[in-house]
Amino acid sequence: MFLEELEKDMNNQNYEQAIRKSLKRRYAKEFRLKLYGVLAISFALSFLAIFLYTIFINGYTAIQQSQTLISVQLPSEKILNEDGELDIKKSRNFNWSGLVKKSFRSSFPEVNEQLENRNLSSLVSENAGYQLRLKVENGYFEIGSKVQAWIKTSDDVDMLMKGHMDRSSPEKNRRLSDQQIEWIDKLKEEGKLDLFFNSTFFTKADSREPESAGILGAAVGSAFALFITLMLALPLAVMSAIYLEYFAKPGKITDFIEVNINNLAAVPSIVFGLLGLAVFLGFFGMPRSVPLVGGMVLALMTLPTIIIATRASIRAVPTSIRDAALGLGASKMQTATDHILPLAAPGILTGTIIGMAQALGETAPLLMIGMVAFIVDVPDTITSPATALPVQIFMWSDSAERAFSERASLAIMVLLVFLISMNIAAVFLRKKYETKW
Amino acid sequence: MAFLNFFLSFYGILILILILSTSGYYYSAKIVRNQSLKQDVIPHSLLSYYGFYSFMWIFFPSAILLIVWSLFSKQFIDNQFFDILLNAYPKLPESFIYLKLAQIQNISSGLLSSNDEIMNGLADRYLATNALSLKLRLLFVFLFILAGIIYSYYRLSPHLKARIHIENTMRRAFFVAALVAILTTIGIISALLYQAVIFFSEYPIQDFFFGTHWSPMVALREGAAEKFADEDVAGSTGSFGMIPVILGTLLVAFLAMCVAIPIGLFSAIYMAEFASEKVRNIIKPTLEVLAGIPTVVYGFFAALTAAPFFKSLGLLVGFDVSSQSALAAGVVMGIMIIPFISSLSDDVIRAVPQSLRDGAYGLGSTKGETVTHVVLPAAFPGLVGAFLLAVSRAIGETMIVVMAVGVAAKLTINPLESVTTVTVQIVMLLTGDNEFDSVKTMSAFALGITLFVITLILNVGALSVSRRVGERYE
Repeated sequence: MFLEELEKDMNNQNYEQAIRKSLKRRYAKEFRLKLYGVLAISFALSFLAIFLYTIFINGYTAIQQSQTLISVQLPSEKILNEDGELDIKKSRNFNWSGLVKKSFRSSFPEVNEQLENRNLSSLVSENAGYQLRLKVENGYFEIGSKVQAWIKTSDDVDMLMKGHMDRSSPEKNRRLSDQQIEWIDKLKEEGKLDLFFNSTFFTKADSREPESAGILGAAVGSAFALFITLMLALPLAVMSAIYLEYFAKPGKITDFIEVNINNLAAVPSIVFGLLGLAVFLGFFGMPRSVPLVGGMVLALMTLPTIIIATRASIRAVPTSIRDAALGLGASKMQTATDHILPLAAPGILTGTIIGMAQALGETAPLLMIGMVAFIVDVPDTITSPATALPVQIFMWSDSAERAFSERASLAIMVLLVFLISMNIAAVFLRKKYETKW
Repeated sequence: MAFLNFFLSFYGILILILILSTSGYYYSAKIVRNQSLKQDVIPHSLLSYYGFYSFMWIFFPSAILLIVWSLFSKQFIDNQFFDILLNAYPKLPESFIYLKLAQIQNISSGLLSSNDEIMNGLADRYLATNALSLKLRLLFVFLFILAGIIYSYYRLSPHLKARIHIENTMRRAFFVAALVAILTTIGIISALLYQAVIFFSEYPIQDFFFGTHWSPMVALREGAAEKFADEDVAGSTGSFGMIPVILGTLLVAFLAMCVAIPIGLFSAIYMAEFASEKVRNIIKPTLEVLAGIPTVVYGFFAALTAAPFFKSLGLLVGFDVSSQSALAAGVVMGIMIIPFISSLSDDVIRAVPQSLRDGAYGLGSTKGETVTHVVLPAAFPGLVGAFLLAVSRAIGETMIVVMAVGVAAKLTINPLESVTTVTVQIVMLLTGDNEFDSVKTMSAFALGITLFVITLILNVGALSVSRRVGERYE
């Protein structure tokens, strides 16, 4: 249609009108192309915003944990030895949990029925007894006295306090009954229920109870694994990059190595996990779930990234430096290690940080080598069972409890803070030490 | 005594090695200097090279011995005790022997107490053997150090070509480091292939590649086999027909590409051709933040936010969307891949020579026409390469699908239904307490080699396609 019109105009020698008409159309087309670009970018960016927003909204409340105030008569002779000192063994055998529950129930003298009693007791955390025991054993409270103590509530109470539980939904769809909510409201009115800073989250390892679960164990596991990764990947990468740039004679072996490095950079990470499972665990009989093996697998995975970055920054050093060093009588190896490497160091460092960030966020290979176990202790060596931060996020988001997904969100925020600071450090280092030749 | 005990530990020995080898460094330099002064000759190399020469001979043999011993001694002792137990309890099956071995370890570390005389005796022996192994480790490491010291002391003289020795050793070490990449590839292929070949010896290969029924878990539930008796492949081993799993993988990858290619490509076109340098410098790093987010976080988002969103959206429109739909996983995966495509495409588009654009402008085309008729066709092979790499990533992506799609394999291409993928199956088959050598776990390796081959083909294809475009305009 447009072409016919154009042809008509042309035949009428009406060139100017023809061109004006078509130009309008052509610019409209260009405008549309630009518009699509802007739309695409704004879609991606708005997704990023939504993404960060949901994570934040989901998780920021996990920074607090609800606790309830109970007045408790602490035991005396039951946990003391003959000399009147605290006997740790006796204290461990003492039924602290029962004591906490009894004391908690005493706030509600009107509740007598067994079923109601149980419903009431379930409002305090299963680990509240342990919490009280630690306070007593650490001398926080005087043995035998009657004290007021804040103890953790169950995660359901916590969720209700933070507004993550819908009060208006029918009773059977809720994890708390109407009566339990009534009790909670009463405690709140009396000032016996409040939100406190959730220090457990940053000082403990995993737990079956959300209120006692923390990320320290996973963070330490990640740190150990990353340490191994750095110790293996950085020297290996620098050595192979120097070899490929300076010593390798062009030929089949060199080509083959290069093809391999490029391919390994694009192999799915889970395949490295399979390699670790079959070779490190299966063939060499290394232990499961340990940061040592995790770090080795991650090192193989990040090796190509660091090699490629190192080679690029070695290549960026001008040949004049090399020629000058050789001309003054340095050997080839001395040129490489004493002159090229220091000048390429900022680039190598940046590449290494980016590789480490990639390793920190990686989950799938760690699942394969068993770093997905439920571990309640903070690991103390590189050969003790551990998980890693992303794996902890994965395990928590798999749990049914709302409180766990809240903690997973907070753990994500912690992980993102680590990653972002690593990336900022990389950019900063590059800006600061980059040499323009 | 406590002092000696410290040197029995790994770090203690390591510190011992470090102290002795560093002092070896200083003394050797000193020795060579004195000798050269006495004999009035100039040493062949710088003094520090003589230091390094001794350091090398003292440090590396003993450190390598230490690491190898530490890694394998426990395994070795356990194997010895396994044999002893096998003789002591000839009637027990092997899995019980493993249990007994674990008991012995627990008794010897004090976690468990037993009344069984034989077990207690063995536990004591176990403890004694481990203690002996630690002492022997210290002894042998010390002997290695001593040998290093003696050897380097006898070799040291101003005439020794220390620098040549060291540089040759370093060059060899560098070569070995470069070989690690090859070794990794060989390791991947041989490990996967080894397990897969065992799998195929127990399960027909054509049924694996062309079977349409995937339910590996049947093996776990006795009696469930009858339920599948009407299928072509069934039985107590479960059925491992790969087609539905591959189909699910391709479906999710296809959905991801539907999101990622248009958005990534248009973003790249805008950034490369229209945006000012200033805007570009803001947008590009921001988009790359998306690439830096760990996949487990995307998985979290897909499972807890995107999937419920699509489900309620479906309810609103009247579709029945599964809560583990391929759609949610695919869309979120697509978003993850956007920065990958946009930055690769951006590079490709900017690599198109300016002369082509200038030619188009000279003939009177608008900027838009230049992009669509000249720049994009020129960049096309490179763009295809980028897309192929993106597809390879989508197929190999694990965490998003593990968290957001199901484990049941369905033969469907409906994005609203729950499907499963290769990576999900691998994770499901290999996590948890599985025996390492059952058919079930070996099928995961068969899936793994399939995944590896598919991604390898895509990567090689991408590289060769984009290399062609580079050559065209050189």
